[in-house]
Amino acid sequence: MSAYNFAYLDEQTKRMIRRALLKGIAIPGYQVPFASREMPMPYGWGTGGVQVTAACLTPEDRLKVIDQGADDTTNAVSIRKFFETTAGVETTERTRAATVIQTRHRIPEEPLGEDQILVYQVPIPEPLRFLEPRETETRRMHALEEYGLMHVKLYEDIARHGAIATSYAYPVKVEGRYVMDPSPIPKFDNPKLESAAIQLFGAGREQRIYAIPPHTRVVSLDFEDHPFVASKADHACDLCGADHSYLDEVIVDDAGGRMFVCSDTDFCATRQAEGHRGRLSPEAAE
Amino acid sequence: MTPLLSVRDIAKFYGPRVGCEGVGFDLYPGEVMGIVGESGSGKSTLLNVLAGHLPADRGEVLFDTRAEGLKDTLAMSESERRMLARTDWAFVHQNPRDGLRMGVSAGGNVGERLMAVGARHYGEIRGTALDWLDRVEIEAGRIDDRPRAFSGGMQQRLQIARNLVTGPRLVFMDEPTGGLDVSVQARLLDMLRGLVREMGLSVLIVTHDLAVVRLLADRLMVMKSGRVVEAGLTDQVLDDPQHPYTQLLVSSVLQV
Repeated sequence: MSAYNFAYLDEQTKRMIRRALLKGIAIPGYQVPFASREMPMPYGWGTGGVQVTAACLTPEDRLKVIDQGADDTTNAVSIRKFFETTAGVETTERTRAATVIQTRHRIPEEPLGEDQILVYQVPIPEPLRFLEPRETETRRMHALEEYGLMHVKLYEDIARHGAIATSYAYPVKVEGRYVMDPSPIPKFDNPKLESAAIQLFGAGREQRIYAIPPHTRVVSLDFEDHPFVASKADHACDLCGADHSYLDEVIVDDAGGRMFVCSDTDFCATRQAEGHRGRLSPEAAE
Repeated sequence: MTPLLSVRDIAKFYGPRVGCEGVGFDLYPGEVMGIVGESGSGKSTLLNVLAGHLPADRGEVLFDTRAEGLKDTLAMSESERRMLARTDWAFVHQNPRDGLRMGVSAGGNVGERLMAVGARHYGEIRGTALDWLDRVEIEAGRIDDRPRAFSGGMQQRLQIARNLVTGPRLVFMDEPTGGLDVSVQARLLDMLRGLVREMGLSVLIVTHDLAVVRLLADRLMVMKSGRVVEAGLTDQVLDDPQHPYTQLLVSSVLQV
């Protein structure tokens, strides 16, 4: 499609975004403001992630897009198609083969390597937003490293539920300095934030970009007597039998029947191809 | 003896109008100083300037810091001042809604300052919160209730607990009894007096209620139009007022 510049955005915009990305990488966890553009999709559909991806893509890249771990959901399909059309880059569903992965709400199960970039779609970049609504105040709190309030939220969780009930968008401290919202990934994925890949976070409506450089220390906040637990459903995948992957619970009938399947479709499919079987796999069910 | 707080020639202007001007005094450890005056006399402005909530236009506020002795808080970096504000200082607002987090449970409110200075043990934070709720006469069973579910007097007591939990040395109070009915006021004052004596707190208390300062304050400053018109021992000023305005103020107190 020659009517568009490569990857939709014009070169000046991409430069502007790259400058924000570089600043974000230089200050891990710091929210860099950037002049977010109108994208041809509604806010909440990943406009921030799309802009970051557009600024990172080169014609040689191989792109993978996932939504809640799945390659075949609306959001993932439409964004993948968007870049196929506007950038003409190769796309893939295989985690290992991708050079750029745009994700919504998950980190792939397979550990990422140094030659990969993971781009997150972020709805609300400010971890303190629901505790302190004033942006002027939260910025000052970040600047002065006043993060006591974040623990008040965790305290409230324990007081009300007996355990830290926050199960997604679990706050982390990056490189001992900035407290960061890792976007609404399940807290099961938090340990994977310490990765060899470059991790970039784009919030389009909120106009913020932040980043975690490779091999950066990322610590999930907790209490000494209530340590962080990367929890998941206490089952194995019913299709591939994996007991160490994050699972979706699927209701299969109206009689209480349910199954648990890996939310990472590529991970599950790869395992099935390797011959792993779960409780409800076609062969096993017969 | 070094004063805990030494205020020198403080001035704050709102454009051409005077907020407060030429205010200076020393406050010693364990001392309670009352600031009285009618509405608009600049007493809340003064308190807010001293507590660092408003920038001053002139003057010095020297505080006896634990590490470095007397230090001008107005010239401090913001991070230092805010650190002071959540450790050695406390600020009790007139309206508890300004000083409390209404969406957070009573225990969380009390624990916030502890967590802000690095407490990371849930059991200990909760234990301290329970202890403090007891000291301000709030039942232990209400620890997980939100302040919204509390009466005005309880909210005010909770605000006091939340402020005193880190063992501050200097407490700023802006009309702590305003808006409470008299019996609740009496109970609050009684409790405050006990805590002040027990913890050896220095207190700056702003009020228009002379009965409150009579009960709590060792010394008194009377403000009018942003200036201090009279200062001295509380009983001395109230029993033998010298300045015409103070005389008016004392004679205006309603008798039952």
